[in-house]
Parts: sequence; C-alpha cells; structure tokens
Amino acid sequence: MQKEGSEVNTPEKSLETISRQEVEDFLYKEGYLLDEWQLDEWLSLFTPDAQYMVPTNDLPEADPENDLVYIDHDFDRMKAWTVRLKNSMAHREYPWSHTVHMVSNVRLLGVEDGRLIVTAPFLVWRFRYKDSEYFAGHYRYALKLVDGELKIRSKRVRMDMPSLRPRGAISIIL
Amino acid sequence: MITERALNIKDLINDKPEEGLFAYNRLAMTSPEILELEKQKIFQKCWLYLGHESEVTKPGDFVRRDIAGEPLFFVRSRQTGKINVFYNTCTHRGATICRQDTGTVRTLQCFYHSWTFNTDGELVGVPDEEGYGAWDRKKWGLKSPRVENYRGFLFVNFNPDAEDLITYLAGAREYLDYVVDGPEAVAELFGIPEGGLELLRGTHSYAIKANWKLLAENSIDGYHVGPVHETYMQYLRNAGVQTGGGVQGGEGKDLGNGHGVMQSVAPWGRPIAQWIPTFGEAAKPDIERMHDYLLQKFGEERGHTISQLSRNLLVFPNLVINDIMGITVRTFHPLAPDYMEVTQKELAPKGERGDLRAMRLDSYLSFLGPGGFASPDDTEAMEACQQGFQAKQVEWTNMSRGLHHHPPKYTDEHHIRAFWRGWYRRMTAEE
Repeated sequence: MQKEGSEVNTPEKSLETISRQEVEDFLYKEGYLLDEWQLDEWLSLFTPDAQYMVPTNDLPEADPENDLVYIDHDFDRMKAWTVRLKNSMAHREYPWSHTVHMVSNVRLLGVEDGRLIVTAPFLVWRFRYKDSEYFAGHYRYALKLVDGELKIRSKRVRMDMPSLRPRGAISIIL
Repeated sequence: MITERALNIKDLINDKPEEGLFAYNRLAMTSPEILELEKQKIFQKCWLYLGHESEVTKPGDFVRRDIAGEPLFFVRSRQTGKINVFYNTCTHRGATICRQDTGTVRTLQCFYHSWTFNTDGELVGVPDEEGYGAWDRKKWGLKSPRVENYRGFLFVNFNPDAEDLITYLAGAREYLDYVVDGPEAVAELFGIPEGGLELLRGTHSYAIKANWKLLAENSIDGYHVGPVHETYMQYLRNAGVQTGGGVQGGEGKDLGNGHGVMQSVAPWGRPIAQWIPTFGEAAKPDIERMHDYLLQKFGEERGHTISQLSRNLLVFPNLVINDIMGITVRTFHPLAPDYMEVTQKELAPKGERGDLRAMRLDSYLSFLGPGGFASPDDTEAMEACQQGFQAKQVEWTNMSRGLHHHPPKYTDEHHIRAFWRGWYRRMTAEE
C-alpha cells in the first residue's frame, strides 16, 4: 500500500521493517522526557490500553494477577501516577529528583500479535538531597504503530539487583 | 542535656500523664549503644516473626531468612510433615548450608566438607567418617531456636527462658484472630476446602535510612494519614471514591507487652469486605455476600469488626500486620541506628477466585509498598525524622497526643506510647 502525494515513493512504515535506530531514538526520547519530568508527554507515548509493570526483585517472572509485584498500572493508573508526581504533596518526590535514564544494547526480537518486542538493559540514576542511587535491570517493551508513530503497549521493568535495598522506594518512573 | 557518655535508659523517657506529657529523648534513635542494648534486651528476648506456614507447603520446601541478624531457615520435614526451624550454620565449621532464599530439598549438604543433614536436622552423612573415631554423630545435628506457630504465623525466640507465645501476644492475639477469621469464613462461603491464608509469592524487600522504631511508630500512626497521604486520597477521589474527611473516629488500643493497634472505618475499600468503585461493579455482589456472611456467622459486632474496620496491628517489637486495603505482613530489622531492612509480603485467602485475587492485588499496590501511591511518602517522613534527629540540642520528641482522651482515638498516640512503654520496660529490665 502506498500513500498519495509527495509520499508516493515512501513505503508504509511497518513494525516488520522498522529499524533499530528508529526504536533507539524512541527509547532515548522516553528517557529524555522522564529526565525532564515532562510527564504528560511521557504518558502520550503509551496506547490507551497500555500496561506498565515492575515485578519484585525476587520474582522477575511474576504474574501480577496472582503474585505480589511493585507496580502494575493500566493507563488510568499511569495517568493517576503522573498526577500524583506533579503534586507537591508527593513528598518523596517534592522537590523532584534529578534522574539519568540510560538505555543501551537495544534488541528487536520480532513482531508478535502486531507488537514489536524490544528488550534493553537500563541504568537509571536518582539523585536527591542525600540520596544517590541507581536502578539497574532490563526493559521489555511491546511496541505498536499508531498512525505511523511508535507507541508503547506494555513496558515491563525487571530489576537485576537482588533486592531494592539499600533503596527505600521506587518513587521515580523507571 | 543527656549526652551519650552519661546515658541512662531511665532518663530517656519522660512519662508524666498527669502533666499531659509523654516524650522520649532522641538519643534512643541515634545512639549505637542503645541499639546494642536493644539487640540484647529486645531482639534476643522477644518472640520475633519468622514467616508463615504457607511458605512451605510441600515436604522439603524451605525458606532462608535472617532474623535479628541471625541466619535461619525453615523447612517442612520429609519425615513428619512438620515445620522445623534451624540456625543456618553447619555444625562442623560454620558455613551456611542453606544458600538459596527458597526451594525444595531432599537433604541439605554443606558445600564446604559435604556434611549432610536431613530435613529434621539429623546429621546423616559425613565423608570419611572414620576420621572422627568412635564419636556420637547424633550430637552434631543442626541447632534450632525456640519456635511457635500461632494460626499459621511462625515466631522464633532466641531466649530459652521466654514465656510462651500466646502469653507474649497478650491482647494482640484477638486482632490476629480478626485477620485470620475473615478469610477462613469466606473460604466456607465459597466452598474452598483448604481455607485460610497464604502468603503470596513476591517480596517487597527495601530499606529505610531511619531508626527501626520510626517504622513501628509510623505503622500505627493515624495522625499522619491526612497530611502524608493526601495524594492517595486525591487518587481515590478522582476514581470516584467518597473519602469524606479521611479516617474518622476509630480507636487506638494498648494491647499489652508493647503491642498496639489502631482500628477504624476508612475511606479505602477492603477485599473482605467493603466495596468501593475502584474494585469494579463485577466484584460488588461477591463482596456484599462476604459482608453479609461474616455478620451472620460472627454476629453484628464481630462481623462488622472483621469486614468493615481497617486495623494496623503492631506486635512488639517488629511485626506489623496492616489489615487495610490489602493485608500486609511487614517485618523490619535494624542494621544501624539510622538504617533498617524491611521485608513486606501480602496475605490473601487460599483458593481465592482469580478475579477477586487480581482485585485484591491491585488494591494493595495502589497504596502499599515501595512503588505504591503512599508508602514512599512514609519512607520520606521517617528519613526526614532521622535527619532531624541530628540536631542534638533538640532532645525530645513529643508523643503526648490524646493523653486526656478516654477512650483514645485512632489519630491519638496512645497505642504508640504502648510500644514505647513496652520498649522502656524491656530496656530497663534486670537480667
């Protein structure tokens, strides 16, 4: 299928043909938005049926319907999360931390059910007052194309530290 | 001013109810000497929560856990089916023999020299045993602390002379019963044969850079809920929940022996059994059935307590069971005056139907745990207190709220004073 007009020679973008570089640019953008606390723009990267999940350190394969995890948000809860983090009464994050979201070794694992599966190790640093801490692990994304733009259908954040200690919370968005 | 050099425990608490004053000296929160004394007089003397029997369902299942800095593990015996608790150290040279957090074993073999123990702790294998001549191998089995089980909750005690667990629990026993009775009754209602509670898989293991007693306080502090958890209340309101003025009325109780509880009707929902809109319309009829069944089975008053009241129970010194929008089992151990390790899990009815289980988990996570909409702000509050304690000229913490209230309210500090009075009694006890 081809579009009309000036794009007549451009093949329709598809998950099958998308390049790693395009996916990397997308993930870098997500990290940038989080570091800049542009939470509404970050939320707009997700589809309305999106899921965001962080399993516990001791059960990375957790099923949030049956097992205790740290975070298991649908889109509405993610939205409530951004509302909370913008509130000065979210004491753990007021004032906001400085964060550095780093993502690398991006791998495109193929398309399943119209979703491009992407994995990438991450390292997120958080600095605030006397706290200087990192979160390290692996992201697993399921990405979709919506109107030609990449969107996140699901994001699973597997941490690789044996526990959250010495950290006290996951108060930032990983 | 009390300095660390001339520290006397008796000077650390200013308990003068007739003057409307209860205060403690903040050295209790910052002094390494106090922590050393706490280890001797509290953590080596009290019944300490170890785990829950549902964590080891099959013969040979084990869980490794450090309690008060002591390496332990518990295992379900392949011979008797009973739960054994052992110090996690080989009787030969001392290496830890249980080297994973969970799993299932036939026997336990120390990797250092291959001494092998069965799940009753008996030494059953020693390579080249002739090297020990005519010894009595039976004397070299694994060693155990005292252990008792109350309705599935396993406690250990390192003091051979300690009172029995039921006596120790005092008034806290009644509140543990409320936590267990509801799910057991609901299992009858839904026809689940092996009813009761189980600890779910997945552990919230985090740390707080604060004295361990701050978490004992915070876990049963109703006064902070409004200011600290405003964003959680806002989340509930935005989701269509009527939060009214937050937690209203309620009561705080001294349960004896340092235990305390606060209990009240609260604006959040309870999977057993108080429905709110975030639980979804589909769950409403079942939650109402549970509520009606509990009132029918236990009568108006007890049924109401079990189904409608949220309770935060502190079992001295370091077990917290929050029976609120989910059921937490939270335990915490100090590693330094300003640092504790927290381990928190979730209790749920065994055999719970999938949709109700998912709803319960979602309800729990909305508030609780390091990624919830509330607990991170508690952590912030405790760490802020610990930072404030560094102002050494400001010696006293005011814990007097509601001294003149009879009965004390949920938002009073009566039940927190119960903890501190239990602390004081143990810290000043003669050997």
